Amino acid sequence: MISRRNFCRNSLLLAGGLAIPLAALELFDPGRLEAEKIDGKKVRWVFLVDTQKCVGCGLCVKECKIENEIPYDANVTRTWVERYIVTKDGKTHIDSPKGARDGFESSSVDIGHGKFEEIRAGEIDKAFFVPKLCNQCDNPPCVQVCPVGATYQTEDGVVLVDRKWCIGCGYCIMGCPYGVRFFHPVHHVAEKCNFCYHRITKGMQTGCIDACAFGARRIGNIRDPEDPVTRIIMTERVNVLKEEYGTKPQVFYLGFTKEVR
Amino acid sequence: MKSHVWRPLYVVLLVIALVLVAREILVPADFGVGSRGYMYGWHRPSNVQEWKQVSVKYRTAQYCKNCHRDKYDEIVKSPHAAINCENCHGPALGHPDDPRSLTIDRSRALCARCHFRLEYPTSGRGKIRGINPATHHPELDCVTCHWPHDPRKEGRT
Amino acid sequence: MVHGEAWTLKEFFVYPNEYIYWTIQIVMYPFMTGLVAGAFVLSSLYHVFGVKQLKEIARFSLVFSFALLPVAMLPLMLHLQQPQRGIEVMLTPHFTSAIAAFGIVFTTYGMIVASELWFVYRRHFVESALALRAIAQRSPGQQLAHLLFSALTLGAMDIGEDALEADERAVKKLAGAGIPVACFLHGYAGFIFGSVKANALWMTPLMPVIFICSAVVSGIALCILTYIVTMEIRKLLARWRKQNYPELPSPDELKSAETQVVAMTARYLLMFMGAAITLELLDLVFRGYTAVKSWDILRNVIYERDFVNIFVIQYGLGNLLPFIIFLMPRLTIRRAVAGTMLVLLGVFMMRWNVVIGGQAFSSSFSGFMHYTLPIWPHSMETFKEGFFGAAMVGLVPFFLFWVLNKVMPVFKETH
Repeated sequence: MISRRNFCRNSLLLAGGLAIPLAALELFDPGRLEAEKIDGKKVRWVFLVDTQKCVGCGLCVKECKIENEIPYDANVTRTWVERYIVTKDGKTHIDSPKGARDGFESSSVDIGHGKFEEIRAGEIDKAFFVPKLCNQCDNPPCVQVCPVGATYQTEDGVVLVDRKWCIGCGYCIMGCPYGVRFFHPVHHVAEKCNFCYHRITKGMQTGCIDACAFGARRIGNIRDPEDPVTRIIMTERVNVLKEEYGTKPQVFYLGFTKEVR
Repeated sequence: MKSHVWRPLYVVLLVIALVLVAREILVPADFGVGSRGYMYGWHRPSNVQEWKQVSVKYRTAQYCKNCHRDKYDEIVKSPHAAINCENCHGPALGHPDDPRSLTIDRSRALCARCHFRLEYPTSGRGKIRGINPATHHPELDCVTCHWPHDPRKEGRT
Repeated sequence: MVHGEAWTLKEFFVYPNEYIYWTIQIVMYPFMTGLVAGAFVLSSLYHVFGVKQLKEIARFSLVFSFALLPVAMLPLMLHLQQPQRGIEVMLTPHFTSAIAAFGIVFTTYGMIVASELWFVYRRHFVESALALRAIAQRSPGQQLAHLLFSALTLGAMDIGEDALEADERAVKKLAGAGIPVACFLHGYAGFIFGSVKANALWMTPLMPVIFICSAVVSGIALCILTYIVTMEIRKLLARWRKQNYPELPSPDELKSAETQVVAMTARYLLMFMGAAITLELLDLVFRGYTAVKSWDILRNVIYERDFVNIFVIQYGLGNLLPFIIFLMPRLTIRRAVAGTMLVLLGVFMMRWNVVIGGQAFSSSFSGFMHYTLPIWPHSMETFKEGFFGAAMVGLVPFFLFWVLNKVMPVFKETH
């Protein structure tokens, strides 16, 4: 008959003995160590837009068109700037003439059909500019709906389009809630902002960031906790567009208000 | 299978075989599932390199600085410090080899992008001093009186 | 002009890259595949469920379903910006996309219909091949026909009682297997729209079911209509030819479109119409009741901008009026023609209101886009995605049906 003391001692030894191999697995799991090492080196591009700083000059749109060979006169663009004017009567006026390729040349709001709505300065409660570009979502709905695998996401988070494989069905364009995609007027395949992939992979900034003299646009690596953009995203009040769609967009906005579409 | 009812099935199998053969011939060998899985990573990996090889057109002020140090220093000390050379001078591309010289955009429309006065107090735009291009000397280029590299100085001096 | 700019008019705030990209060909595609699925289901009602009165129309609708099948590809080929790459859907399908299902479903369905047709017409192929073989000196036309019919027999020349019975059993099995595939053919088209969360009008789980029901409706309506028209044309032709060939059956001997058959088929038409309209109204009521973020702009599109298209043409002319026509007692052939034509109009408008209506508002929910169908083409683009491109798609099935009828005649008396 085992004594009470021996029983307790043996139980503890058994439990402790079992715990050690399990703990050893945790401590010395080579798979996880490898993953952490790789994780540390990985890049995931994120973008930061400061709508307080944007002045609506449209130089970003111009540079983007030239850098990425989108025909200048074509009414499509990889990035654009929207103007929001909220007047005292509670109405919100929004426009983006030619995507702000030539800036905003009129204080009147473009409402389509060649018509303009005049806004008097004294009527304005708030007015601001919101640059837009592809959000390079973590759950990109455009990639999900491509029937042939012509659009895809790279390891560093950028969504690219394979110009030689795209069949031009337009499903990805319909699938994007942000209206970022379009048909390239020359190549006749789907096209969109790709964070100037040819520049960022060489250590340069995107074209629109270089063009912006006001610091409204910034790019960073969310996997690097020391990155200044990452620090802002983590510590300041940022928001994203259309969060309710579950796309997990990676372009973050400062100074975002409820009027922004 | 002796019965003739299986004949159409043989035709079907032939069609499937043809599709598989076509797949072997027409699909690039590296096409497959990438690091993001089947849903987000079904693609042709060699396309990534194709995108990386797109030519760079705008080289940034750091490139211009190498030869045009004096202009760079002047701008960097002025209120126009943050404006990139290529915003007004166009993309550097292969300059100085090709193009030999860059055009200077002296149009009113360029300056008006920022300096068309818009009374937007809640935006950075409201802080930029500006004019109404329709009424402020519409017959002249801005650079007649204003020096873009340092707007504190007089133009065309 | 970028793609879409020629026929899109923007009002208020629309994102710069937004245009109406999916236009008339994307309206035609579900319309044509709907006819395919519906025609097949009708033919299966005889083969599987043994509804004897539908025997006449069953053979007819099976051939018509096959004539419609290649035409279903046509709007897609005309719409794609890179049509020569269309085969990639079969080569590297990305099955997370509903469109990728197209390759598999379309081919499966095509093979089922082709196989079923083979079994139905095998006896005719064998008899024709043997008759042509018997001719000593064949003309080039006869030589070609001989080759064609011999190939079509697939070497199965036995037309004894047992062999034909085996054919019948095979047809029954294929017709049964084909019904879910036909539903899938059209259900996936509804899924293409219903799963797009970016589009506030399209996003609803009801979409695949609505599409299937209205597809069956359109298929049945087209079969009734074409059956009536074909019967009447045969009598007309007989009257003309009787003058030259007195040995042909007289117009009186040729049967008219039987009112019995039409009335019976119309009953199934009404059942599916009821289902389709119930689901559509359910969707509308739910949207208004829950009034989510997109409701303001959708209300404007549905009840103001597209009011005539939706309530007057689709629901009024395309649903309510045919309901009344078919429910009134003593259905006449003439009323059936009017009724089926209105039903087809209603189904077409349903596709139009979904596809075009879904692009009538911007994703910004702050602007509208107006679509003007290009009528007179002034470029390849405005032809392919314009009125004449659509008309081509609408007319080709009838031409194909005429060609197919030469090889697989739908009426016993082959003249």
